[in-house]
Order: sequence, then structure tokens, then C-alpha cells
Amino acid sequence: MAGPKLKPEELASKIKYSLPPKGWMDQPVEFKEGTFSYSGNPKNIEYMDLPNPRKWQPTDPDWKLPENWKEIILEGLKDRLHRFRSLQIFMDICVRCGACADKCHFFIGSGDPKNMPVMRAELLRAVYRNDFALAGKIFGRFAGARELTLDVVKEWFYYFYQCTQCRRCSVFCPYGIDTAEITLLVRELLSLVGVNIDWIVTPVANSFRTGNHLGIQPHGFKDSIDFAVDELESITGVRVEAPINKKGAEILFITPSADYFGSPHYYTLLGYLALFHEIGLDYTWSTYASEGGNFGSFISHDLMKSLNAKMYAEAKRLGVKWILGGECGHMWRVVHQYMNTLNGPADFLEEPVSPITGTRFENARSTKMVHICEFTADLIKNGKIRLDKGRNDNRRVTFHDSCNPARALGLIEEPRYLIRNSCNYFFEMPENTIREQTFCCGSGAGLGTDENLEMRMRGGLPRANAVKFVKEEHGVNFLGCICAIDKATLPPLMEYWVGGVEVGGVHELVGNALIMNGEKERTTDLRGEPFHIEGNWNAR
Amino acid sequence: MSVTAMLQELLIRKKSAIVDKWVKIFLGYYPAESLKFLASQKDRFANPVGYTISSSAGAIFDELIGDSESSMTEALLKDVVRIRAVQEFSPSQAVRFVFDLKGVIRNEIRKEIDWIDCRDELEVLESRIDNLALIAFDSYMESRERLFRIRIDEVKARSSEAAAENGGVQNDSHVKRNG
Ligand code: SF4
Ligand code: SF4
Repeated sequence: MAGPKLKPEELASKIKYSLPPKGWMDQPVEFKEGTFSYSGNPKNIEYMDLPNPRKWQPTDPDWKLPENWKEIILEGLKDRLHRFRSLQIFMDICVRCGACADKCHFFIGSGDPKNMPVMRAELLRAVYRNDFALAGKIFGRFAGARELTLDVVKEWFYYFYQCTQCRRCSVFCPYGIDTAEITLLVRELLSLVGVNIDWIVTPVANSFRTGNHLGIQPHGFKDSIDFAVDELESITGVRVEAPINKKGAEILFITPSADYFGSPHYYTLLGYLALFHEIGLDYTWSTYASEGGNFGSFISHDLMKSLNAKMYAEAKRLGVKWILGGECGHMWRVVHQYMNTLNGPADFLEEPVSPITGTRFENARSTKMVHICEFTADLIKNGKIRLDKGRNDNRRVTFHDSCNPARALGLIEEPRYLIRNSCNYFFEMPENTIREQTFCCGSGAGLGTDENLEMRMRGGLPRANAVKFVKEEHGVNFLGCICAIDKATLPPLMEYWVGGVEVGGVHELVGNALIMNGEKERTTDLRGEPFHIEGNWNAR
Repeated sequence: MSVTAMLQELLIRKKSAIVDKWVKIFLGYYPAESLKFLASQKDRFANPVGYTISSSAGAIFDELIGDSESSMTEALLKDVVRIRAVQEFSPSQAVRFVFDLKGVIRNEIRKEIDWIDCRDELEVLESRIDNLALIAFDSYMESRERLFRIRIDEVKARSSEAAAENGGVQNDSHVKRNG
């Protein structure tokens, strides 16, 4: 993955960072409505066998922590310092150069210095110094050490749930310190004493119970897919097959549940269905692996592992050769960066080969899982599908690189290739807001709750600001992306900051442009909107 | 009613000093440790907050002292207030920067006021600033209402999700939800 254009030393010399004046350690956080998420539902915490299920809210003075909470957290930290060498290194190695300081969207949008990644990490580092580093033990506060108190726990909760684990900061860090990793570990520590949020705990529990975030049961899943098949037929005139739990299929397709239950995700689902039919793919859906998302990865290595494992267990049960994955964000981070040591290598599967083009996806040799954008790009490159770009002429498109595909997977060119082959009008946002430097939607890693909306708008400002620019410059009216959280949270972000920009998946655009065998005369896209709109910028 | 020529000329001459101070006060509402970044990072995409205020302040000021009645000020002011409306400010803090302009102007032209005798004109100018403050207040409310409307839509979408989950049946109103 290419880094920033500047060399680390140059980056480092650009900003001088000094610790804030005395006092930052002593200001307790204030939980203001709109800037935090509600606590985890005790029923689901219990269901997951997680510690300390109880009713509480961040605004309560008493968080009802276990009596020995401090010991639990410090022991937990000790254990993790031992288990994750990266954590120990991240704690010791930061030179406070400040290269990361102004790269976080939450800092940029809020102006709150504790949202500088270096300060965020400092919240943990200060405690680490106090209890684990020699200098801190001796010199205490003078060495930037800080005792773990209840106020510190509250501050951790506040600020580590203001990090979307997007890793933009780490792109700029000359040492590659990954604040997202630190955030995950602190959330794991908080979880040990029962401090977590419902928007993570409940989807995780649902995924364990029924296979997906929403708790949709197999018959509900089937109804959703059947409904989409009917709807696709009414739009295109073509009846497609959508096999579910089909043993012996060549490929298992896994995508976020939002794709079959959310809007505007749903139009991307229609795109997948049309595409798979058109190329005659031998594939299957699964009612158990009915979720690509892995909210476990936001709070715990163990939960991440279990949820990731079920995708592979299902691939084994169904006897497929390999897995094709849909437009999801963090699923790809888990698969690409953790899967191998969590549950891999998936030796019982085969190295993925496209049955249509014969292309071997060597990059997926160990995970056996191919990103749909790569898969489709390969189809186009080999001339296996016909696309009519004019069918997207009602759209002037820009593309938001979702954090995880861009920074964790390095999937940068493929979605652009798909858009360029499906649309006549494509406009990039400014360079320092896309590709590896992309700005987060501000709502990832479990933060996309309605109660946290004000904070999400702060965090999403840099992204929205760049969209507003291309809207004003080029009349952009469609923001493409390849992540289910983006599809859910960019529309409200656009509504607040920009207006007049719709959000949708790249495979929606591909689906719109796809010419299908036996299709009826088409005049509308997958949303039922006419291909050409009079008076639209493109018709000028 | 426009600001008369004499005062106008004086203010044009003092523009950069006034606008600079005004922006400084605006940014001064943010924590000291963030100030340097907000004030010095000039890239509009790397620093949307700083850029929005520093690029709008001059234009707002121009229109304030100029003769033309255009709606640009309103749009610029809206952009600024929309940011303040979701940050860590009380409503009064969020729009207060408009009133700050009065003090900045008076301070900057304190000496000149006496010998060009423009007190009446200054009053006119200040009532125009009051007008801006009213626009800012409207924008603030509009932003907050927009925020709440978005939130209500999300809550509604989630409850229809729950209904769909219970019924297990997909209907044709697809709902919004998280990944
Ligand atoms: S990972 Fe993203 S959200 Fe977290 S501190 Fe870094 S830039 Fe900010
Ligand atoms: S985390 Fe990296 S970029 Fe940030 S201050 Fe530390 S060394 Fe510098």
C-alpha cells in the first residue's frame, strides 16, 4: 500500500506538537446528549457471556462497575501487553512528533484536542506509564503518568468511542502506530468491566443467534431475497435464480445483511443478483453466514474470531470451493489482516479461480475470499459482460473510498474501474480526501447510532466538505461507496451538510448499466428512476 | 439603508485588521491546543472549520459595509453556523461571534470615530450586524431542527426494522440500517 507522498521525516517536521498545558488530566468528561452512544442491553450482554450485565447509562454518576474493576482492567492490560507485542511497541515508541495530530476527522470536525490521535492514545499511555513503565512509576505525573481512576474510565469510554478505527492517522505516522488497534484494545479492557455500547453488543448477539445483525431468521432471509428476485424481474423482465444454502455450489456469497434489508443498500443487492445471473455463476447464499459485518471486531479479538469463523464454517458445511464477499467495510479488514491468525489458513477451500474468466486470485490464496469489486473488474477486463454507461446518465458520480477497503485491503483502483466502465460522468474528490487518505464517514466501528448523531456530524464534516466541493464544481449528485455502514450513514451526513446527493453502491451502478440477455425494453434504473432526466446537468 | 461614504471608506481601509481580529476571536472559542491548527492550516479540505470561517469572514464583512443587498451573506453565515451547531457550544456561544464583530469594529476605529463624527452611521452599521445575528440565530435553529429530523428518521427506520424482524416479511419500504 502506497504511503503518503511526503517522507516520514518531512511529515514529522511539519507539525510541532507539545502536550497541552497542565490540567488536561484533571478535566472530567461531560456526557452531553448527542455525543455518545447508549450502553449495551444487559439481556444481550448476558447472552454473550460478557462480564457485568446490568442497567446503566453513561450519564449516570454510578456506572455500577465490579468492586475490583481497577484490578480487572490493569490485569487485562498486563495480559494484553504480553499477548500483543504491537501494543507494547505502540505504547513505547511514539515520539510525539504530531504527524498524526491533525489527521483525524473527529479532531478536524470538533476542534477537541483529545481527538488528536496522539492524545487519544495518550489516554491509555498515561496509565501504562503509571503502572507498567519504570519512569512513570518513579516520577509519576512528571513523566506523564496518570493513575487509573473512575474518571479515567469515563474518559476512555468517551474518547475511544469517538474513534472509528479508520486508521487515517496511521497512514501519516512515521512509525506506523495504529490507533485503531489501540482503540480496539481499550474497548476490550472496558468490556471486561461491562462498559460497552448497545449498537455493538446487540448486533453481535443477533449474529450469534441467527447469523446476522438484525436477528433475521432463515425464513425472513429467504423472503427478503425472494422479494428482491421478484422486484428485479419487474424492472428488467428477467427472472433470476438466487440459490440459498445450496450444497456443492462452487462459490459462497457473503455480504452485509443491510444489503438485503436496508436502503439504499438494496439496489446494490439487485445489482449482485442481476450480475450473477448474467454470468451464470454457480453460487449460493447462506442463511447462517447471512452477515458479512463483524461488529465483534470493534470490541474484542475473541468475538471477532468467533464471528469470522462462522463464515468459514458455513463454507465448509456447504462444500463450496471459495468465498466471494460483497460490498462491506470492516469485514475486509478482518479477512485481510486478522483471518489468517484467527482462524486460518482456510486449507479446506481452494485457491479462488474465476469460473468465468479463469483468472486466479493469488492475493486470496490464504483467505480464499475474493472481493466482489476485484471479481467484477476481472469480468469487465475480459469482456464477459456488456455495460451501457448511458443507463447511469442521470447520475454525476463521485466515489468515497471506504476506510477499510482502502487502507486495510488496498482496494483503490477496482471500484474506480467499475464506475468508469458503468458511468459516463465520474468526478474525483480532492486528492487529500480520497484513496489512502480518505476521510471516514464518521460513523464506523459501532458509532452509527441516532443518539450519537451530533458527534457523527462532527466526524463526518471533512468527508462531507469534499463532497460539497465536487457538487458545487461538477454538479455531482451521487456518492458511490462500497461499505454497508457508509450506505447507512452517508445519507444523513449528506442531508445535514450537503443536500441533493444520493448514496449508493458501486454494484448498483454496475447493475444499472448491465445489459441482460432477454431483458425487456429498459427506461429506468434499479431505483425505478428514468435513465435520462430532462434539465439535469448532464442533459445541458 | 447603506453605511455612508465616510465610514465606509474608513472600514475598507481597516478591513484586513478587522477581519483578522474577528476570525481570531472566532477561533478563540476553541481549545488553545487546537488553535494553531485551525488558524494556520490553509488547505480547505484538511481544515474545513478554519477555512470556512476565514474565507467567509471577509466576504460577510464586505457585504455588511457595501451597498448591495445580496443573499451571499446569508449562505456564508449558514455554512459557518451549521458547523457551530454540532460542536461543543451552547446556542448563545454558537452565534455569539456575530455580535463580536461590533466590538472589533469599535475598537479598531475608536480614534477615528471622534474626528470624523460618524456615530449615527455606526449605529446603522450595528443594527445591520444585529440583523446578521438574527439570520445566524435562524440558521442555528434550522440546523438543529435538521439534525433532529434526521435523528427521528433514523429512529423510525429502526422501529420498522424491528417490525420487519418480528414479522420476518420484507415489504416494499426498505429501511435504513447500520452495516
Ligand atoms: S483511527 Fe481514525 S478515528 Fe481513530 S484516531 Fe485515527 S484517524 Fe481518528
Ligand atoms: S502516533 Fe506516530 S505520528 Fe502520532 S505523534 Fe506518535 S509517532 Fe508521531
